[in-house]
Amino acid sequence: MNTPVSLSTDGDALVRVDNLRKVFGGKRWMFGKAGPAVSAVDGVSFSVDRGETFGVVGETGSGKSTLGRLLLRLLNPTDGRVMFDGRDITHLSQSELRRLRGDMQMVFQDPYGSLDPRMKVGAIVAEPMQVHGADRSQIVRRTGEILEQVGLPPATADRYPHEFSGGQRQRIGIARAMALNPKLLILDEPVSALDVSIQAQILNLLRKIQRETGVTYIFIAHDLAVVRHISERIAVMYLGGIVEMAPRQKLYAAPRHPYTASLLSAVPIPDLKAERHRKRIALHGEIGSATALPSGCRFHPRCFKARLKASADGVATAKIADDVVVPRQCVESDPQLQADAEDHFVACHFPLEPGEAADHGITTTSND
Amino acid sequence: MLQSKEFIGDGSKVDDAHSAGRPALELRNLVTRFPGDDGAFNIVDGVSLSVLPGETLAVVGESGSGKTMTFLSAIGLVPRPGKVVEGEILLDGTDLLMLSEEDMRAVRGTRLSMVFQDPLTGLNPVFTIGDQIAGVLHAHRKLSRTEAREIAIGLLEKVHIPDPHRRIDDYPHQLSGGMRQRVLIAMAISLEPQVLIADEPTTALDVTVQAQVLELLAELREQSGMAIVLITHDLGLVARYADRVAVMYAGRVAETGDAEAIFERTAHPYTVSLFRSVPSLETDTASDLLEIEGQPPDPAALPAGCAFEPRCYLGHGRQDCQATRPALRAVGESSHRAACLHSSEVITEGTVE
Repeated sequence: MNTPVSLSTDGDALVRVDNLRKVFGGKRWMFGKAGPAVSAVDGVSFSVDRGETFGVVGETGSGKSTLGRLLLRLLNPTDGRVMFDGRDITHLSQSELRRLRGDMQMVFQDPYGSLDPRMKVGAIVAEPMQVHGADRSQIVRRTGEILEQVGLPPATADRYPHEFSGGQRQRIGIARAMALNPKLLILDEPVSALDVSIQAQILNLLRKIQRETGVTYIFIAHDLAVVRHISERIAVMYLGGIVEMAPRQKLYAAPRHPYTASLLSAVPIPDLKAERHRKRIALHGEIGSATALPSGCRFHPRCFKARLKASADGVATAKIADDVVVPRQCVESDPQLQADAEDHFVACHFPLEPGEAADHGITTTSND
Repeated sequence: MLQSKEFIGDGSKVDDAHSAGRPALELRNLVTRFPGDDGAFNIVDGVSLSVLPGETLAVVGESGSGKTMTFLSAIGLVPRPGKVVEGEILLDGTDLLMLSEEDMRAVRGTRLSMVFQDPLTGLNPVFTIGDQIAGVLHAHRKLSRTEAREIAIGLLEKVHIPDPHRRIDDYPHQLSGGMRQRVLIAMAISLEPQVLIADEPTTALDVTVQAQVLELLAELREQSGMAIVLITHDLGLVARYADRVAVMYAGRVAETGDAEAIFERTAHPYTVSLFRSVPSLETDTASDLLEIEGQPPDPAALPAGCAFEPRCYLGHGRQDCQATRPALRAVGESSHRAACLHSSEVITEGTVE
């Protein structure tokens, strides 16, 4: 997946990522032997428009959290390029980055772990403004404003994080991230630690803030329903690569990558009649390892479509286990992310045809 | 606190509705109390529930609803200084609260066992998984080393761990999260319990792995006829796996009944709100999600009336809801019960969405 794809955005991108790569380890320490290299993010390209919400979904080991940290330069990429607001930030120095932090902020899953327990909420929210040299009266005014925007009473400022519930702490985390009016907010699993009733409050709050400020979101999560709800476009990651990327309705109603289809079929839905008639697409084996990426397509060892396709006429095949045969192409060549329909990108040699996912047990609904 | 004879009589009446044979596990009016700064409070507050052999009961609720504490009480593992102070816990008819500590230890694991959310904390990192499974077997049965090892391998096979002869000598860190959870399930079923309590068994797992683990539980239930109590916050899992459902709020059962009744003829506003607050996998929505206003109540300071009244779209501010704590009562068919003064209004509103 290392050829830059042509992306359909027309120059109004706030974020543009080209062939981004992050390899951990693999270096020799002193005289020791080199540790295994882990390709956590393996040649990822996409762009995000201003004011858009771009969802990134994936399971453990997909590289989605590493991707978020690379975009903010909390980690340095091994290769590739990150453009932010028209500027290449891949190699900015720490002091240049500090100035940029006002424009790009992150909200984490565990709001408690990311809030200093010894600081009062007012100080926590004000800190980024102080770092950016705002004066006292500005800070006081803005702190009041932002607490109100996230739905917390002004008195909150004089209390400590531990006095709040998980949902309120996440509001504090969002207030702090929004204090400097950033252009981009990267949200890494912001609601996955919350109860469903509180989760709804935070998702609604995020939408309200976006309507009011026009901030751009990159929303990273494992919960496919939450991501569908909040995002306009979504990228699905598997073992460090984007395997599919599309507007939400296209991705969920007509997934084209066999992994996306398997993933969607695994999510049980809270509708008794519908759920009891749904079928699962079995994924074979366990998620692979980023230390030893499979050759060719990274998903081929687990793919149901590859197994089916191998029995079709005229397909050259390769044996990958005792009784498992897949098309040779899947083993030998890494499929590139290509747009096959308007704005629907898929990295697969044999993408699912419309309706094919349904044949394998996915319920699809179209209600546009 | 001693219970009167009438009380026991009352409790048994509760389960008449559920007539098909004796429950594998039945809780009657269970109360678990913790001391607090402002006096003791009940974290489990008069819960009556039952599960039949071969049946899956889903217990749904948010954090602090008492769902986990109810079943820690059932298995005799309430953390100190909490204490079960009232009620009965009937395992196939025997009241576990009457057993000595020693007898209770013998019941735990052999007849009633529990699987927890985090598969790493349930396993000891310095022993192989084979040793840990054998440890469970040895504690309850006289077996030779080789016999125990053979049984352990069979159990790993049963929970679909590939290559069990080799895997049995692995340490927990060598296994993926899904495999560790399967090892814990193997340990929990090793002595063929009548009831398996699974507390958010897949919350820490990826969705594709979650499906595998729950299919495994369903399969084991088919094979052995054990009863499963599935404690979860995920309504999708409830739709897929539950025969019956109990929705808990503030230490009490808010609504209970067959899965079909709960989903199709929802009778408690809290259950309705839960359904409406989760985003849909299947539709795009431009509208905001329904929020349940405010926070769950502090169990040490419950309101005098209905615990859900301050957050309820139907009852908020209503005088009767503020004054009266609603009891569970039959709505529609006899096994469907809701603790709401206005459940008839909830039902006539029609099905959710």
